Amino acid sequence: MGSNMAECHPVGFQWVTEAKARGAKVFHIDPRFTRTSALADRHVPLRAGTDIAFLGGVINYILSHDLDFREYVLAYTNASFIVREDYRDAEDLDGLFSGYDPETASYDPTTWQYENTEPTSRDSARPQEHKEEAAAYEHGAHGPEVKGAAGNIATDPTLQHPRCVYQILKRHYARYTPEMVEEVCGTPKEHFLRVCEVWTANSGRERTSAVVYSVGWTQHSTGSQYIRAASIVQLLLGNIGRPGGGVFALRGHASIQGSTDIPTLFNLLPGYLPMPSASTTPDLASYIEHIRADGQKGFWHHADAYIVSLLKEYWGDAATPENDFCFDYLPRIDGDHGTYRTVMDMIDGKVFGYFLLGQNPAVGSAHGKLQRLGMANLDWMVVRDLVMIESATFWKDSPEVETGEIVPEHCRTEVFFFPAASHVEKEGTFTQTQRMLQWREKAVDPVGDQRSDLWFFHQLGLRLKERLAGSTDERDRPLLDLAWDYATHDGDEPSADDVLRHINGHDLTTGRVVDSYLDLKADGTTSCGCWIYSGVYADGVNQAARRKPRREQNLYALEWGWVWPLNRRVLYNRASADLQGRPWSERKALVWWDEERGEWTGHDVPDFEPRKPPGYVPPPGATGPSALHGDDPFIMQADGKGWLFAPAGLLDGPLPTHYEPHESPVRNPLYGQQGNPTRRVYGRLDNPSNPAPPEPHSEVFPYVLTTARLTEHHTAGGMSRWVPYLSELQPYLFVEVSPELARARGLEHMGWAHVVTSRTAVDARVMVTDRMKPLRVQDRVIHQIWLPYHWGGSGLVDGDVVNDLFGVALEPNVFIQETKVTTCDVRPGRRPRGRELLDYVTRYRERAGITLETGTRVATTDGLGGVSHTEPTKGPDGPRRPEEDA
Amino acid sequence: MSSRHSLFGPLEDVAADAGHTDPPPRVGFFTDTSICIGCKACEVACKEWNLVPDDGFNVLGMSFDNTGMLGADSWRHVAFVEQALPLGGQNPGLSGLPIGPSGSEEQAEVAAAGLRHDERGGGELGTGPVDLGMPSFQRPGDTGGAEGRTDFRWLMMSDVCKHCTHAGCLDVCPTGALFRTEFGTVVVQQDICNGCGYCVSGCPFGVIDRRHGDGRAQKCTLCYDRLRDGMEPACAKACPTDSIQFGPLDELRERARLRVEQLHEDGVTEARLYGDDPHDGVGGSGAFFLLLDDPEVYGLPPDPVVPTRDLGTMWKYAGMAAGVLAAAAVSAFAGGRGR
Repeated sequence: MGSNMAECHPVGFQWVTEAKARGAKVFHIDPRFTRTSALADRHVPLRAGTDIAFLGGVINYILSHDLDFREYVLAYTNASFIVREDYRDAEDLDGLFSGYDPETASYDPTTWQYENTEPTSRDSARPQEHKEEAAAYEHGAHGPEVKGAAGNIATDPTLQHPRCVYQILKRHYARYTPEMVEEVCGTPKEHFLRVCEVWTANSGRERTSAVVYSVGWTQHSTGSQYIRAASIVQLLLGNIGRPGGGVFALRGHASIQGSTDIPTLFNLLPGYLPMPSASTTPDLASYIEHIRADGQKGFWHHADAYIVSLLKEYWGDAATPENDFCFDYLPRIDGDHGTYRTVMDMIDGKVFGYFLLGQNPAVGSAHGKLQRLGMANLDWMVVRDLVMIESATFWKDSPEVETGEIVPEHCRTEVFFFPAASHVEKEGTFTQTQRMLQWREKAVDPVGDQRSDLWFFHQLGLRLKERLAGSTDERDRPLLDLAWDYATHDGDEPSADDVLRHINGHDLTTGRVVDSYLDLKADGTTSCGCWIYSGVYADGVNQAARRKPRREQNLYALEWGWVWPLNRRVLYNRASADLQGRPWSERKALVWWDEERGEWTGHDVPDFEPRKPPGYVPPPGATGPSALHGDDPFIMQADGKGWLFAPAGLLDGPLPTHYEPHESPVRNPLYGQQGNPTRRVYGRLDNPSNPAPPEPHSEVFPYVLTTARLTEHHTAGGMSRWVPYLSELQPYLFVEVSPELARARGLEHMGWAHVVTSRTAVDARVMVTDRMKPLRVQDRVIHQIWLPYHWGGSGLVDGDVVNDLFGVALEPNVFIQETKVTTCDVRPGRRPRGRELLDYVTRYRERAGITLETGTRVATTDGLGGVSHTEPTKGPDGPRRPEEDA
Repeated sequence: MSSRHSLFGPLEDVAADAGHTDPPPRVGFFTDTSICIGCKACEVACKEWNLVPDDGFNVLGMSFDNTGMLGADSWRHVAFVEQALPLGGQNPGLSGLPIGPSGSEEQAEVAAAGLRHDERGGGELGTGPVDLGMPSFQRPGDTGGAEGRTDFRWLMMSDVCKHCTHAGCLDVCPTGALFRTEFGTVVVQQDICNGCGYCVSGCPFGVIDRRHGDGRAQKCTLCYDRLRDGMEPACAKACPTDSIQFGPLDELRERARLRVEQLHEDGVTEARLYGDDPHDGVGGSGAFFLLLDDPEVYGLPPDPVVPTRDLGTMWKYAGMAAGVLAAAAVSAFAGGRGR
C-alpha cells in the first residue's frame, strides 16, 4: 500500500518476484493500477488519501472476529495497559481526542497516558511549541518519553477492562466496517474482505505477512498515522520482529535513509538525537533529562553517552566537562524552521542565503511557484548539482518570467553554481532502506571542476575557519573550535573512509575505533559522529565494505554490508521467540534463548541483551536497559512494548483516525471533524487552498489528483532529463485519465489537456487508460487522475511543473507536505499562457469562493465556525482577502 | 562441414556448422515476460554498453512504450500491452466499480496511426509496415464491449534479436558482414557492411535495420565483446527481476520448461514458450521467450520462417522450370530438324 515498488524500487522488487515464485501472494492496494499491480495477484483500488479508513477496517475485522495473535499481543504489546480515566476518544468527541485546543490547533496529550505514568513536561506544557518544532519527528528511531513506564503499569490481562488499550482500540474502530470502508475508500466490499481474509489467514504462529509502503503513505496530512495504522495491524497479527513480517518503508533514493540517520533536518542531530530547543533544553543536563524521562525503560537511557560523544566528535579537545562539552555551540531551534516555512520566510524577506545540494525545489517541491518566488528574493544562493537545474536558472527562465512575476533584470538573488561529482565519481557509503550501509568505491574521476560534496563542505569549513582566524567574537567560537580533522588523499579530497571512522567513533584514551555504541562514555573519553552507526568500523574493519556472497552464508547474509544497529537485520527480533524464548514455530525461527549457553542466539544478531534470560524480572526501581524484562522485545520503547495505542509522541492523536485530505471532494462520513485537526496550514495569500467540505464550492475542483514517479525518470529530473537514454523512454508529461473521465470531459488519447487547481494550471498530453478507474464514494462517482512530476523547463525533454498544482499543507508530526492527494479540474486543450494564465486561475478561485481563510479552519466539529489559522502576507498573486469579496 | 544442409530445421551445433572448431556451448537469452516489470533497464544498459544512439524523443502513446519497435537504434524494446482481457489468476480489481467500456482500443488506434508512418523497421526499403499483429491491432472480442469492462491485463515484454539457428539476415548478406560467432550468435561487422539492406528484408522478425544517415545494418550482438571477456550481456546484467536470463541455450530451455510447468500449476495457463522449438521456421531461436498469450499480442510473428527454408524448393522449381524450358527448346530444335 502506498508504494509502487516495481516502478520506484525495481531493484528491491526482485525479491518480491522471488517470494512470489516461492508461493507468496502479492496484493497491491493503490489508487492506480501500476507496473506493481501488473505483477500482483490482486489489485485493490481505493481513493487516494483514505488508507487509514481501509486499515482501520482491517483492525476492526481482526478484533471483531478475534483473529489477533493473542499470546503475542498480550505479552509484547500494550493491549492490556489501562489508560487514564479522563481520556476521551475520537468516538466520544466527533473525531477529536481529549486535550484539543482549537486556538493553537494542537493537543495536550496528558489524558492519553497510562493510568500511572506521566508525559514529560515538554509534551504537555507547551503543545503549541511542540508542534512548531515537529518534535514528534525527534522520536524517529525510538519511542517517546513516558515517565514512570519502567514501573508497574496497571494492566488487565483479561483485556476486559473498559479502559484497557484493547477495548479502546475495539471501540475506536467499531464503525470502520466493510460497508464504511466501501463508503469512504470506494473499495467494493468483496475486495476489502478478501484482503482481510488473506492477511489474517497468513499471519500467526506459522506464517507472517509483510507490509510495504513508500511516500504514497507519508506524503499526506495524516502521513505518520498511516504507518501507525499498519503497525497496529501487524502487531495484532504478530508480524513485527519476525521473519517475513514487518512494515517496510521503502526510501526514495539511494541514501535517503542515510540522510535521516545523519540528518539534513532542522530538528534532528545524528542518530535521532533531538536538536536542542531554545526554551526547554538550555543546558546539557536538561537536554539529557529531556531525552530519558525518569523511570522509563530502554536504551535511550544512555543518551548522555551518545550526545557527549557527538560533541567530542564535533569539537574535540575544546569540548570539556567544564564547558558542557561545548553543548552551547549547538544551534537552538525556537519554532518551525522546516523547508516550507523557510521558503515563506524567504518571500517575507527573513532569509538571505540558501544552499541547494542535490535538490531541485523549483520542480520537486510542493507549490513550485512559492519555491521560485522565495529563491528570487535572496541575497545569494549556492546550487551544487550535476546539471544546470531549474532551481539554478529560475531567475531567467521560470514560468514566472513568462507571467511577469519575476523580472530577470530585477531579480536580486545572486546564484553560484558548483558542478558536483556524481555517486560514481566519489567513494562513500549508501544507507539503503533496510538500514544497511554499503561501501562504494569511486569508479571514475570527476571531470573538470566537479567535486564531491565532502570536498565542498570540508573546504567550506577550512576556509571559514581561516577567514575567522584570530576573531575574538564569541559567536565565532563554534566554527573556530570545530575539530574538522579529517584525513585527505589524492590532494585535498577528504577520505570518506576516515569520515566513516569518525562516525563509528573512537576511544580517545587509546585512539582506537570503538566496537559499538555500548563502548561510548558520557565522560568525554569517547567520540562518535552517529551513535547508531557505531560498530560499522568494529575491529578496525570497514564492515560496510563486506561482500560475502549470499550462497556462502545463511539467509540473513550477516556478512554483506553492515546494518544499524549492531548489524541486526530484523529489528525487535526478540519478538520472533515466545515468552520462554522459543521460536513461535520452527518455520519462523529467527533468534532464540539457548538455555545451555545462557544466551540469545539464532540466524540474526539478537536485538536484545545477549545474556538476559526470557523470564528475567528486574529489581524494583530499575531504569533504562536494566529495567527491561526478559519479555520486553521493544527495547527502545519507554515500556518495552509494541504500541497499539500511543500514550505520547504523536501530535495528532494516540490512534490513527480517518480524516479527509486537506483538499477533498467529499465530507468525512465518519466524524464531524473533516481533516486532521492538527495539520499545519499556512493561510497566506500566496498559498491558497481548494475548498473542501464543509466549505462550499468544492465541486469547482471535482476530481482527485495524485502524483508519483516513473521508473524512467528520477524525481525532479536532474539525473534523467539531461540523459538522452532516459529522456527518450518517457519524453513528455502526460496525465492519466480513465476512459470514463475522458468521455465525460471530451479528452482524447495523446491530445492536450490542462489540469487546474487554485494555484495554477499545467499542460499535459492525455493518456486514456483502463488502468485508471472511477470509484463510487458515498453514492457519487469519483474520478481520480494521475500525473508524473518529473518535468520542468530545462533539459532534453521539458514540460510543465506538476508540483505547481499543489499548495502547502503539512502533516504535523514530521512536516511532510500533502502531495499525494489534492483536488483539481481537468479540461481539454492547452492552458492559457503569460498573464492570461494568472487571470484564468483567478477566475477559478472566484468561482470556488476562495479566500485567505479557505482551508484554514482546521477544526470542523462545529462546522465552519472554528478558528481560522492565517498569517499576514503580501503575496503578489493569491486569493482575495475576504473583505474584497464584499 | 556436415553432409546435412543447413538451410532450415534443427541443427545440432550452429557454431560448428558455421566452421568454428571446438566452439563453446551455444548461448542465448531466455526472456521470462511473466516477471518483466517494464523498467526498460535493458534498453538503457544495451545503449550504454553498445554506444547505440537515442532514437529521438518520440511520443507514441502506446501505453508506456515510446520506443515502438526494434530498430537500428533500439536493440532491446520493451512492449507494453494494455488489454481488457483476463490474465491467469490475477484479479484486476474491477468488479463492483462504476465503470464503462474499455479505452484500450482508442489508445491502440492512436498508437498504431503513429507507428504506421514510422520510417524505422526498414520502412524505406518497402519491407514495412507489415501487420505483425502489433498490439495496436485488436482482434474481435478483445475489448470488454459496450457494457462495463470486466477484465484488464498489462503485459510487458522485452524483445530482442532472436539469433536464429537459421538466420535470414546472415544467409542473404552478400558481403559477409553478418557472421555466426563461436557462441552461436549472429553479429554484424560494421566495417564490412555496405548497407545494401538485403538483411532487413531477410529477417522474418523485422529486427535488423539500417541506421538513418549511416545506412549500415544494426542489431543486437548479444554483447559479443562481453561474451569474449566471460561476461553476460549488458541487458541481462541490468535486469532487476531476472526476466532476462542469459546462459547456455540447453540450460535455458530446461529452466524455461520448468518455469512454464510452475506457472501452469499456479493457474497461469496462458504461459507458453516462443522460439524454443528447433522444429520451427527458423530452427529455433537463440533468444526465446515465455509469453502469456499468442505471440501476435506482443507484436511477434506467429510462424516466422527463414527465407532459406524455401530455397531448396525454389531451386527445385527453378530447376524444373529450366528443365522444361530446355526440353522445350531442345524439342523445338529437334522438331525443326525433323521437318
